[in-house]
Amino acid sequence: MYGFEAMTFNIHGGYLEAIVRGYRSGLLTAADYNNLCQCETLEDIKMHLSATEYGPYLQNEPSPLHTTTIVEKCTLKLVDEYKHMLCQATEPLSTFLEYITYGHMIDNVVLIVTGTLHERDVQELLEKCHPLGMFESIASLAVAQNMRELYRLVLVDTPLAPYFSECITSEDLDDMNIEIMRNTLYKAYLEDFYQFCKKLGGATAEIMCDLLAFEADRRAVNITINSIGTELTRDDRRKLYSNFGLLYPYGHEELAVCEDFDQVRAVLEKYPPYQSIFSKLSYGESQMLDKAFYEEEVKRLCLAFEQQFHYAVFFAYIRLREQEIRNLMWVSECVAQNQKSRVHDSVVFIF
Amino acid sequence: MRFCNELPAMDFLRSEKMSFVQLIIPVESAHRAITYLGELGLVQFRDLNDDKSPFQRTFVNQVKRCGEMSRKLRYFSDQINKANLAILPRPTLQPDVHLEELEVQLGEHEAELLEMNANSEKLQQTYNELLEFKLVLQKAGGFLVSAQNHAAPSERELDENVYTAEDDEGNLSLLEQPELSKKDGLRFISGIICKANALRFERMLFRATRGNMFFHHAPAGEHVMDPISGEMVEKTVFVVFFSGEQAKTKIVRICDSFGANCYPVPEDMNKQKQISREVLSRLSELETTLNAGIHHRNKALSSIGCQLWRWTMMVKKEKAVYDTLNKLNFDVTKKCLVGEGWCPAFAKPQIKDSLQRATIDSNSQLGIIFHVMDATESPPTYFRTNRFTHAFQEIVDAYGVARYMEANPSVYSVITFPFLFAVMFGDWGHGICLLFAALFLILRERKLESQKLGSFMEMAFGGRYVILLMALFSIYCGLIYNEFFSVPYHIFGSSAYKCRDPSCSDTHTAGLIKYREPYKFGVDPSWRGSRSELPFLNSLKMKMSILFGVTQMNLGIMLSYFDAKFHGNSLDIRYQFVPQMIFLNSLFGYLALLIVLKWCTGSKADLYHVMIYMFLSPLENLGDNQLFWGQKTLQRFQGRTYGILRTSDAELDVELDSAQEHYNDFNFSEVFVHQMIHSIEFVLGAVSNTASYLRLWALSLAHSELSTVFYEKILLLAWGYKSIIIRLVGLAVFAFATAFILLMMETLSAFLHALRLHWVEFMNKFYHGDGYKFKPFSFTSLANEEE
Repeated sequence: MYGFEAMTFNIHGGYLEAIVRGYRSGLLTAADYNNLCQCETLEDIKMHLSATEYGPYLQNEPSPLHTTTIVEKCTLKLVDEYKHMLCQATEPLSTFLEYITYGHMIDNVVLIVTGTLHERDVQELLEKCHPLGMFESIASLAVAQNMRELYRLVLVDTPLAPYFSECITSEDLDDMNIEIMRNTLYKAYLEDFYQFCKKLGGATAEIMCDLLAFEADRRAVNITINSIGTELTRDDRRKLYSNFGLLYPYGHEELAVCEDFDQVRAVLEKYPPYQSIFSKLSYGESQMLDKAFYEEEVKRLCLAFEQQFHYAVFFAYIRLREQEIRNLMWVSECVAQNQKSRVHDSVVFIF
Repeated sequence: MRFCNELPAMDFLRSEKMSFVQLIIPVESAHRAITYLGELGLVQFRDLNDDKSPFQRTFVNQVKRCGEMSRKLRYFSDQINKANLAILPRPTLQPDVHLEELEVQLGEHEAELLEMNANSEKLQQTYNELLEFKLVLQKAGGFLVSAQNHAAPSERELDENVYTAEDDEGNLSLLEQPELSKKDGLRFISGIICKANALRFERMLFRATRGNMFFHHAPAGEHVMDPISGEMVEKTVFVVFFSGEQAKTKIVRICDSFGANCYPVPEDMNKQKQISREVLSRLSELETTLNAGIHHRNKALSSIGCQLWRWTMMVKKEKAVYDTLNKLNFDVTKKCLVGEGWCPAFAKPQIKDSLQRATIDSNSQLGIIFHVMDATESPPTYFRTNRFTHAFQEIVDAYGVARYMEANPSVYSVITFPFLFAVMFGDWGHGICLLFAALFLILRERKLESQKLGSFMEMAFGGRYVILLMALFSIYCGLIYNEFFSVPYHIFGSSAYKCRDPSCSDTHTAGLIKYREPYKFGVDPSWRGSRSELPFLNSLKMKMSILFGVTQMNLGIMLSYFDAKFHGNSLDIRYQFVPQMIFLNSLFGYLALLIVLKWCTGSKADLYHVMIYMFLSPLENLGDNQLFWGQKTLQRFQGRTYGILRTSDAELDVELDSAQEHYNDFNFSEVFVHQMIHSIEFVLGAVSNTASYLRLWALSLAHSELSTVFYEKILLLAWGYKSIIIRLVGLAVFAFATAFILLMMETLSAFLHALRLHWVEFMNKFYHGDGYKFKPFSFTSLANEEE
């Protein structure tokens, strides 16, 4: 029922939309970041954060603080909020909310599998996992030796199972395999999420498809840049791109054959929305690309809040909060390592 | 005019006079001075470092230290709660410790507690492991025995391989997984796992071994404490039979990842018994150790606990002092702190006195300079209240805090609020119930004040004096309405009416006749149940509501006059107050006059007719509707006053033009539009507000009808039966209906309607309510903030 969400949306989604908009107003402001950037020690950061919504999460931390504690506690807040929303949600919003976490699940699976490959302790690895992407049998991932086992033992019970259909091989796991697996999974996940949003229809489909297309394009660019100079063939590379987005299909053909950063740039500059990102970067400079993409993403996520009666606000909120936590981590790292001049390198302001 | 000027100063009506003061405090006496001011609690400091973030301020380190200390204190209270210790804060005779000493003390206590916790945690873990081992031995031993009985002899041969190997190692370590024999054969791993995970565990084992295993499990029966959350968890004991080396590594890994603890169980019965004996003896040993540890810890905690409240208060005060100090500015020489803030004018001597004491106590060479300054912003509003007026002031503040020096409606609300409530709740039986409730709250004031009450109780307790007055007025109005749980009583003599004939058969059809002087006070009891009861009471209550309404609205407009006069605003008097008075009184004031005249003269004039035709055909003869001599002339004169109102509105524009020169930021069109809206609103409001007062009639009618229904349809109906059970049930239902519907819900609804009549109908005539409250820096408010 396109265009008629206003009539029925609030029956199930109204309460949670209000909640999420309330959460959103708790995001740190530019003034907060300015103050944070002036902090001298992690204590100062804690003190400043105690005046914000992070206060209750940090107030009981004993004094010698570490960056990890700050990040952990801030993530805990996000997780609490997410869980609260998930508890209150009804279909199809609850499925939508669950979809948001699948990305983290993929990352966690990859983290654990890579970790066990390098013989790290499972408990230690579990601590590093993103709490949003946890699932019950995650610890038993360490048992698996190859992808087929991985699938058969553990992942068949998780929502990730359908995404695995493309990458079941009996090959032993190695770094390259795992990375390809991550990207294949991610591709399948994004496509599935895209289809799901499309099925929801209305403003949700409109905004979410836009956001997911951006995500897919960004991944395509990252895959291309990261695979330059590796043994990944062009066809394999081409297979990792998601089958939607602004770059699909012609951009993908061109990206697949790129051999250096400037070629990637040449491809993307043909697309007006990405032109502005590259216009800020000087030639041959690929380090700042991540930040430029993040900035663009934040801008788009903020725009999602301009419309009402759709689910994209939940996605946008969680992404914005994650960006905020990344910012906090960067600021705290800079403060902890006395590199305050580099604070602004990676902080993406959310307005 | 002269009369008005000679009125006594209306102090109660106005908020306290405030002064903007500056304090220049030498650094050495700053802390003490602020502490003394906090004890006094009459200064509101202004934040002079608004642009600075919290950690850039002067006393940030002290604030941080206080934060750290309060974290430790929270940790202690957490620990005390976890240990389920009930500790009353005892007043100790120890002198006040210094903050630095306290910090050291807290640090020591924390370290001590942490160490004890670590020790007991280790012990607890060992204890848990042993307990789990015991459970595994009990249950898994059982499986093995039954398995052996059913096993074929050939398989038993294989089994023996396993436990012969275990025999060597079982003695070495009880808690470590012994290396199983390298030989092939059927082996087993036994262990214990959370019940919640058991199913998934089994499934995982099945998948990992491709079904080549046998899983046996049984509930452990005893709950085991989870070391992380400290909760008791249900566990399941399991035994997995499998074969092959690869399967073993897989199973061990799965056990690891599921957090299942594996314990070896020898299959030999004697061996098992021996080990269980050992385990049991070690368990009892550990238990005594653990208990001793817990006892020791509880002792330490309770010694902390009885000081905890005092320490918390001290740290809170200290933190508040530093927070306030952070609001002050350093002067150029860096030797003095400069603070600005508001204080009530009457408090100046007290403040000076405290500052003097602070100077002397801190042996400072320099005194503290305290002087009054001019302020640009408007001062905060501060009303001094006592426990009686506090609740009424809260009711008004809930609508909006009065502007500085604005007329305070709560002065009148103290009486008008309970009175209007009672008009709607008039029943002296219910009033007495309410009175008992209020008296209960007031007499136990001391006790209840210190307690923590539920949200509803807290509300009732806060408004106990409001309830008291409401109850008293309800009794009064109830006596006028002559209703006691809806039953009329002959209190003030006998009725003025009697039946037409001795049999009294036609009371409800033909009515009664009046034979003597009217009933002395209130409504004659004979009206109850008569044919004309409702028309009579409705007419009475409706007219009464309009009279109250017109009176209260007039009071509101009068207050706007006093406000305008107080602020020297002659424009408001001439072009707002006077037209408003004329408008309201020539329409509804006149109606009120007609009502009173009609009551006094007993005339049969139709007031609707008079009011309507006053506008439609003012020149027509009044005929029967004439109430007094010259009525027609008066009504025509009123028509003319409306004409005057029109011109005065126009004059307003002229007057405002001349006023333009006085104010720089005067915006004519804004004021014009504002006045337009205001006058339209007033004209419409006068009609709707008067109609709104009819709720007094409606609610009082509803209340009396509802209580009549309960009385007649429940109590009297039940009483009609001879059976005592039905009577008791009827009485119970009546009591509950009275208590919950009439006493609680009706009270609430009448309260809300009275609230509305005050907030909307009364206060919109004069009240701006856009001020801000005076929030002094005070330690007493700090203590109340206890969460």
